[in-house]
Amino acid sequence: MTTPLTQGDISAEIADEREAYAKRVADGAPVENHPSRGYAPYRSSVLRHPKQPLVAVNGDPEAVELTGPAFGVTDITAFDHDLTRQHHGEPLGERIKVTGRILDREGRAVRGQLIEIWQANASGRYAHQRDDHPAPLDPNFTGVGRTLTGTDGEYEFVTIKPGAYPWRNHVNAWRPAHIHFSLFGTAFTQRLVTQMYFPGDPLFAYDPILQSVTDESARARLVAAYDHDLSTPEWSLGYRWDIVLDGPAATWIEEGR
Amino acid sequence: MSLAPTPSQTVGPFYGYALPFAKGGDIAPTGHPDTVTVHGYVYDGAGLPIPDAIVEVWQPAPDGSRTGAPGSLRRDPVKGEIIGRDGVAFTGFGRIATDADGHYVIRTLPPGGAPYLSLIVFARGLLHHLYTRAYLPELTDPTADPLLASLSPERRDTLLATPDTGSAPGVLRFDIRLQYDGVHEETVFLAFD
Ligand SMILES: [Fe+2]
Repeated sequence: MTTPLTQGDISAEIADEREAYAKRVADGAPVENHPSRGYAPYRSSVLRHPKQPLVAVNGDPEAVELTGPAFGVTDITAFDHDLTRQHHGEPLGERIKVTGRILDREGRAVRGQLIEIWQANASGRYAHQRDDHPAPLDPNFTGVGRTLTGTDGEYEFVTIKPGAYPWRNHVNAWRPAHIHFSLFGTAFTQRLVTQMYFPGDPLFAYDPILQSVTDESARARLVAAYDHDLSTPEWSLGYRWDIVLDGPAATWIEEGR
Repeated sequence: MSLAPTPSQTVGPFYGYALPFAKGGDIAPTGHPDTVTVHGYVYDGAGLPIPDAIVEVWQPAPDGSRTGAPGSLRRDPVKGEIIGRDGVAFTGFGRIATDADGHYVIRTLPPGGAPYLSLIVFARGLLHHLYTRAYLPELTDPTADPLLASLSPERRDTLLATPDTGSAPGVLRFDIRLQYDGVHEETVFLAFD
């Protein structure tokens, strides 16, 4: 029988990975904005990442990936962006508004593109058959939202603050509260699936998924800002989270539109 | 101007109510005579199928247009349910969650002006999605395509969909291997900078 993996074991690995990254950067390696797919403290990654280097497809203006899918009003309904109004009753929890802008790395607004979100309920339970965390389900909360970005790349969701939840990466592993985001840019190369976190969460340091982003300033970009001006009196708290999509896009699309 | 990008994070295991949608792999209009079926399994480094992966596909329309069209997740405005594509617009986009066997199926029309379907793989355990391409044999000249020509034959073969022996014509097999399992070559994954 193997010894159960403790938080101490995982935290030591997280510290080692961070130290190794700091040394690489000090030796002149580039800043890493994304997690390394082979980040072992997140144990599910071990058998699920390629060991060969990615093959760069650069300088091919004909690459299909420089364009991407389109979405429109037929793909969305009026209640999709408000996760508190998708059932007959109101969900339990702290009502929040999450808003921000989607830009590409050139600073251009991503207009009319699809954002999808999903999250646990206020108790830290997903409305998913395979989530067996013994926390209550909420009959008034599915935890799924969609919207299209506006002309300045802006988006807004109304939801409740998700709870932290346990998982089985190691003994006593807990995910900090987060909302999963899926985003499309103007090109398939700009596709992004990520997670938004809440400021000041005491679980940050313990979580190998957040810590897989070894660069401190990159990691900070996954954390929304509490914005008191976005809070609505006697109604909800407001968070701002701006998102920058990586990857190139075909410039001819911009000119053609 | 270059802004620092927002980092990727894993899709995790609980996207089930959010991402998959009915008929997500059926890009071709129902019953279209030119339909090609591309299907396969997503495997991990132990050679086991991955039952909680998502495969997304993007491709040009048969006429070569690359603008796509809305309507992949067309909704019933009364009940909010996803009622699927209207069968006329070619959206060029598909999304398939692998089933309990790690299997996915795409039914589409051959792309115009490019010999491949662009694929993205997401999975629990995968911290950053992966790009690959399924080249369709009838459209592909492996010596003329710059990407294929740059690869060794073993690596190149991981990008070639192959006629599925024993299946109807137009059925192609394309397995995706996230990691070398000791026997099978790891799929070639792509980077775009
Ligand atoms: Fe989650």
